[in-house]
Amino acid sequence: MSDFDFAPREPARFFLERFGLSENLLADTVGAAIARRADYADLYFEFRTVRTLGLEDGLVKTAGAHIAQGVGVRVVAGDKTGYAYSDEVTVESLRLATRTAGAIADESGETGVAAVSAARPAHDLYALAHPPVETPLTDGIDLLSRIDVAARRQDSRIKNVIAGLGIEQKIVLIVNSAGVLVGDVQPLVRLNVTCIAEDGGKRQQGTFGGGGRVAYEFLLAEERYLRYTRTAVEQALRNLHAVDAPAGTMTVVLGPGWPGVLLHEAIGHGLEGDFNRKQVSAFSSLLGRPVASPLCTVVDDGTIAHRRGSLNVDDEGTPTGRTVLIEKGILRGYLQDRLNARLMGMPLTGNGRRESFAHIPLPRMTNTFMLAGETPPEDIVRSVDRGLYAAYFGGGQVDITSGKFVFSASEAYLIEGGKLTQPVKGATLIGNGPDVLTRISLVGTDLRLDEGVGTCGKDGQSVPVGVGLPTVRIDGLTVGGTQAG
Amino acid sequence: MAEQPLSDIAELLLAEAERAGATAADVVVAEAESLSVGVRLGSIEKLKQARQKHLGLRAFVGERSAVTSSADFSRDALLRLAADTVALARVIAADPCAGLPAPAELATTIPDLDLYDPAVGRLTPEQGVAMATEAERAAMAADARIANSEGAEFGASTSRVVYGSSPGFRGEYRDSGVSLSVVPVASENGSMQRDYWYSSQRRVDRLETPEHIGRTAAARALRRLNARKVETCEVPVVFDPEMAGGLLRQLAAAVSGYALYKGTSFLIDKLGTRIAPEHVTVVDDGTVAGGLGSKPFDGEGLPTRRTTVVDRGILASYLFDTYSARRLGARSTGNAARSVGEAPRVAPTNLFLVAGTHTPEAIVASVERGLYVTELIGFGVNPVTGDYSRGAVGLWIEGGALAYPVEEITIAGNLLDMFANIDAVGTDLEMRHAVSAPTIRIARMTVAGG
Repeated sequence: MSDFDFAPREPARFFLERFGLSENLLADTVGAAIARRADYADLYFEFRTVRTLGLEDGLVKTAGAHIAQGVGVRVVAGDKTGYAYSDEVTVESLRLATRTAGAIADESGETGVAAVSAARPAHDLYALAHPPVETPLTDGIDLLSRIDVAARRQDSRIKNVIAGLGIEQKIVLIVNSAGVLVGDVQPLVRLNVTCIAEDGGKRQQGTFGGGGRVAYEFLLAEERYLRYTRTAVEQALRNLHAVDAPAGTMTVVLGPGWPGVLLHEAIGHGLEGDFNRKQVSAFSSLLGRPVASPLCTVVDDGTIAHRRGSLNVDDEGTPTGRTVLIEKGILRGYLQDRLNARLMGMPLTGNGRRESFAHIPLPRMTNTFMLAGETPPEDIVRSVDRGLYAAYFGGGQVDITSGKFVFSASEAYLIEGGKLTQPVKGATLIGNGPDVLTRISLVGTDLRLDEGVGTCGKDGQSVPVGVGLPTVRIDGLTVGGTQAG
Repeated sequence: MAEQPLSDIAELLLAEAERAGATAADVVVAEAESLSVGVRLGSIEKLKQARQKHLGLRAFVGERSAVTSSADFSRDALLRLAADTVALARVIAADPCAGLPAPAELATTIPDLDLYDPAVGRLTPEQGVAMATEAERAAMAADARIANSEGAEFGASTSRVVYGSSPGFRGEYRDSGVSLSVVPVASENGSMQRDYWYSSQRRVDRLETPEHIGRTAAARALRRLNARKVETCEVPVVFDPEMAGGLLRQLAAAVSGYALYKGTSFLIDKLGTRIAPEHVTVVDDGTVAGGLGSKPFDGEGLPTRRTTVVDRGILASYLFDTYSARRLGARSTGNAARSVGEAPRVAPTNLFLVAGTHTPEAIVASVERGLYVTELIGFGVNPVTGDYSRGAVGLWIEGGALAYPVEEITIAGNLLDMFANIDAVGTDLEMRHAVSAPTIRIARMTVAGG
């Protein structure tokens, strides 16, 4: 799957050699960018390789190989941002982009000289002996074929298996007027398995997957790919016999791991710096105030090795970190990029992220999760006489201004008399961000992070993220199903 | 570097793919220029300008194929891309349905569908700033309760697309797009609500005025203030045109040839059967002049056309590209959509629900007690079964009139039942998107609240 001349262990050298640039030229370009009355400027070089394989009907029939490259030039003056990008990386295109982006700062001044020095990223969270993008194509084909066989062998009601493997490598170089020149090589692996089950005229699907900033072998270790496959099969079969979701307000227990998407929607987005600087978040001006039950401590952590949401440096060159958002129920922090941190007079948190060189950085989450509590998960389920247990979700969405969020359960059960009884389909949960964590009455000992498939959308930009949660009990959440009363 | 015509690049890639052993190939080359400006609270917030180009190659070795893409247009890179694509195709499994369309199916003329307005490319950042500023000003001037804004955004882009394939098709067209949107924030009694309005067109002179966009956005944000929750119940639900368009997008996904053969559509085996009442007709038409979904030819060089998807309630046609049609023993409907770096997939062109006979006011007046939906959030739609459950925002209807705003509720049903229970279709169809619908009423859905 490789078409590299050399493994880019040194991102700076990679870009300078590939495009015939020099460190002096980069420093001069950043200097020219802040020449007018600008506060900050940066260059973001990107070279991204993606390999994809797809299976259906028992055969690997699709393959893709994609290369994207380019540079984005940003100039920030006050709260104004000028941005220009080009997929041609030449001295001329850099000069043109710099002039275009710089137009935002409208008063001319002396040409600034940025003293730029090369730095190494603060962490080394995904060093791999073999970059996954160099995995032989035949290995991926073999993996997907084994998934198909395993799924069909597990149950004859499985009528189709759709599986996809995506492997990415993004090499970036960030040069900014704060004097940073830093590069990173970011691997990303993702495997998805969807199974279609049919029985007596009924049809259902189950989907599961995982990955991260890992070596390809991660999928094989502990037979992970087989676990993903089994889980997708079980979900499809369970859904065949699931009952319609109840409708109304009830006690909801969220299982550990991926249901942490609740935190991402209900809390995380509302704590991003841009929304709070503009005072358009339901959490604006709640810093230092209680927003959750004292059982809840929520963090955003971009420094966990090999996680999908982790980064050595964010997309502005700031080292990622661990930010406490909520500490024992009290709102403690926001997630910041450079623009919003400067305007709000707050510290950088390493959350300036962008989808690609074609996008302006925004404050975004990395891996967002709640710390473990003290109640054994079995006791949490046992404490509920009648309610809903949600084990896995499709996706979620939030309106950060009103604070209302929604997420959809793809695996859920009725809780009756402290026990999980019937599987339920089509349950959507809706709540109010600033209110929902105050309703958490029990937090489990079993914190788990998700399997590594999360993608977050904001302002038309998608970035990989992670979530996590221990088992929690929420008293009184609205469940939207079809079975009223 | 000297500019090389996009068509020369396409020719070179096709020839090189054949030289490397491809039995057939096709190429998409796209180039775009774009400008966007954002204004917030009366001053410029961002200015973004770009020029981008990208190409995609699909190569077949008999019944095997692979797709690649690159932004590097250097000759060396193109030669390597051709060789790599063929090499990739060779190791993939053979698929007897794979292949390009038969030459007889290819478009022979390339109609001018009024997709390109040269005035869009001449718009300056200053003009964009002026329009965005005016839209935001109009929104904020509408009411004292609108004291904040997420800003207004203006966007303009022009692009050129070249498509060529080894059976001999060569096509090229330009298009343009211009848009203006504003997101005001209304506050009252310590709670905040935002809403938006926008206009999107291929020609500058068809854009709604900044004044109108601003005032509409303000009215939408204001009517959400002081929202309540409602008790769980079963009631008629009226979808405003924007939300009704969302239901059509679910229909479009379910009539795609790919969803059908993969088993991921709730409309499998429903062709020729009644799925909705007599007054429901849905048409896909890629030839609408100036249409946001119009194209002179599809992603495989077939002519676009008008296809009646639902004919007076009967599911009359699925939508296909060449591959999915072959899989299901049908013929392509000219609905191949092609992103530069992807194999074709099926997408509607301009899909619309034909206007009915009830005014939107009459539809609301016909509801004794129910919900008028203005926004839906979340992803609670199961394409396999049609099960539908989403977060909703809107206005409660009492005695045939809009009474008060509601939020933090969900609406749930099943798309098959929902289409079957469309009991009124509005007169207010406007082609604001590639997928558009008028106001519709669904006889009964579960609303979950308190």
